[in-house]
Amino acid sequence: MKRAERIVAAAFLVTIISALALFVVYMRGGNTQAEGALLAIALGGVGVGLLVWAKRLMPHIRDETQPRAKAVPATEADLEATVETMESGVEEIRRRRFLSRMLLGAAGALGLAALIPIRSLGRSPGDSLLHTKWTPGAKLVTIDGTPVTASTLEIGSFTTVFPEGHEGSADSQAVLIRVEPGQLQLTEAAMAGAPDGLVAYSKICTHAGCPLGLYLAATHELRCPCHQSTFDVLDGAKPVYGPAPRPLPQLPIEIAEDGALFATGDFPAPVGPSFWELG
Amino acid sequence: MIVRRLVDGVDERLDGTSFIRHNLRKVFPDHWSFMLGELALYSFALLLLTGTFLSLFFVASPATTVYQGPYEPLQGRDVSLAYESVLRVSFEVRAGLVMRQTHHWAALVFVASMTAHLVRVFFTGAFRKPRELSWLIGVSLLVAGIGAGFTGYSLPDDLLSGTGLRIIYSAVLSIPVIGTWLAYLFFGGEFPSPELIPRLFVMHILLIPAAITGLLSAHLALVWHQTHTQFRPKGTPEATVTGTPVWPKFALKSIGLAFMTFAVLAGLGGLAQINPVWLYGPFVPYSAPSPAQPDFYAGWLEGILRLWPNWEFQLFGHTIGELFLPAVVVPGIIFTALALWPFIEARARRDTAVHHDAQRPREAPVRSGIGAAGIAFFVLLMLAGSNDVLAKYLQVEVDTLNAVLKVLLFVVPAITGLITWWICRDLARRGAAPIARPTRVEFVRNAAGGFDEGDDGGQRSAAPVPGTPTDGEAP
Repeated sequence: MKRAERIVAAAFLVTIISALALFVVYMRGGNTQAEGALLAIALGGVGVGLLVWAKRLMPHIRDETQPRAKAVPATEADLEATVETMESGVEEIRRRRFLSRMLLGAAGALGLAALIPIRSLGRSPGDSLLHTKWTPGAKLVTIDGTPVTASTLEIGSFTTVFPEGHEGSADSQAVLIRVEPGQLQLTEAAMAGAPDGLVAYSKICTHAGCPLGLYLAATHELRCPCHQSTFDVLDGAKPVYGPAPRPLPQLPIEIAEDGALFATGDFPAPVGPSFWELG
Repeated sequence: MIVRRLVDGVDERLDGTSFIRHNLRKVFPDHWSFMLGELALYSFALLLLTGTFLSLFFVASPATTVYQGPYEPLQGRDVSLAYESVLRVSFEVRAGLVMRQTHHWAALVFVASMTAHLVRVFFTGAFRKPRELSWLIGVSLLVAGIGAGFTGYSLPDDLLSGTGLRIIYSAVLSIPVIGTWLAYLFFGGEFPSPELIPRLFVMHILLIPAAITGLLSAHLALVWHQTHTQFRPKGTPEATVTGTPVWPKFALKSIGLAFMTFAVLAGLGGLAQINPVWLYGPFVPYSAPSPAQPDFYAGWLEGILRLWPNWEFQLFGHTIGELFLPAVVVPGIIFTALALWPFIEARARRDTAVHHDAQRPREAPVRSGIGAAGIAFFVLLMLAGSNDVLAKYLQVEVDTLNAVLKVLLFVVPAITGLITWWICRDLARRGAAPIARPTRVEFVRNAAGGFDEGDDGGQRSAAPVPGTPTDGEAP
């Protein structure tokens, strides 16, 4: 037996053995690594066998030359005849002008009718992007429904809050941050919604909508983990770095007599990434 | 005997066994770079096999349940049925994790080999007339492959892929006039909508694979009919093709390559962990992983988003969102330019001829320069797409790195392109063996007994050298 033949035979033998081994591994409960390795060896055995067989044992033909499919171009007469065939068909249809126009109309109407089911794919956006679940008096709670009070947060810390009853709501999520009360540089109206250095902003980045997960307490910045948009918490969450174009809308909050925090209204601007109707 | 009856049977019913004989003898040029397209083909075949297995276990439902499976860190957590079913196929179904990981690896290799194949076709000019249609179908396949990958990795409903979906949703939302409606119709409502996972599932296992199968069939039929381009062997006319007959040697080699592809992917599937969704955790809308990188083929898109400035425009009282340009317009321009390249180049060169010869990159220095610049551009964008990881690794601020990358994004491709163009032009001038061949000068004895440089030396170098540039800017 030639050496190459022995290699091919050995490769196929390896496949047989490892395929059987794979069977055993599987029967005994399976093991991801063993399955992958044995499968690789079994498949590789066939691959190596076929490649060696083709390369070393088959006649070495590399220079068989054949004409390409389009070696003979069509004659002028052929081309003319083809054009003639196509055009005469079109002409036959267009000869009946009224009918062919009605056909176009019917096709167009059918096309429009076919669009109707697409409308079923989603509800109308309406003004849903302009509002969230925050209402005047809605209590600020954490993801597990625990009410947040003025004493929950230390200065320099932050937490994610939702309106009570809507824990986990995607568009209503907000970050509540506590800073030194004197540090905030907000407009008078905004300051009224940020008592005792407690300020809440939408947690959704105005760039691509990622939840803002990083609060850099030292610089009072919120940073988006997706594209590094950075917002200045002290200055109305204006974007100071990265691709975000708009500030995070501020959620106006107040402290109730029992210390619980509640919202005095919805965000003053739409949250999240920009869209056409944003204005 | 059996073969004879088979051939008779075919001849009596479909007539023309010469068709079979002709196609069995059909020759394929022997060049390693033709393997790249085959790699894509075979990884797609494996995607169909492993994907069918996975689809039998996947539950395309956003309904929540409490996880009670064997993976302890997540026990007691609220997860979607989709996420739970992915954990089940990973931890409880025997051979399930091998299948899942092989599927993911095959997807990466599928897109990577299509990209490599495209690069080969580009640099050898194999897209030129008459093969423009193959090129267009090829670019469509690349787009479909990226779409298949994206919808696929979004299915497990984990935190990482959920973040990717959120970015796509935001990109659709940013489209002027129709963006909001488009996003609501496609995603079923405001993100995250419960309609989404079933839709992604239908796209991933039906619409996109069907499109790929159709396009792939057309692509292969065209290659079969039009034959490969090739570096033409000496002494054969361009209207012929030279190589190895399909049956049996080429067929055996190709099937061998298929098995080698399967082997490598199965090995990776068993031994190299990929997309461990149990580590990312289930998707929740109020959390994002950090750092977060998409699969490689989306990395350059992510890079554009990270580097793009925060430009937002107002138009007639409406807003054109920041994402519209980097996430919709720029990729749109890139893919359109890629698709139209054969026509752009043919027009620029006023080239209406039919070409069957593969070119060496040096034969088209301008094209090669543009191609090299493009590759540099994509590499930089991919780096930008992982700028947070890179910054950590290099121990610099992300802001500093971004500033550097913004400059490099223009400088590096320009320099790469120019150098490539210069090298190609120089190689083309010097002919086939640029380094080994010394410059040839002939000396002629003059009347004074000295030597002059001979005239016929100039004639010699004016003779066409294989590899003369056809861009038209070389002398």
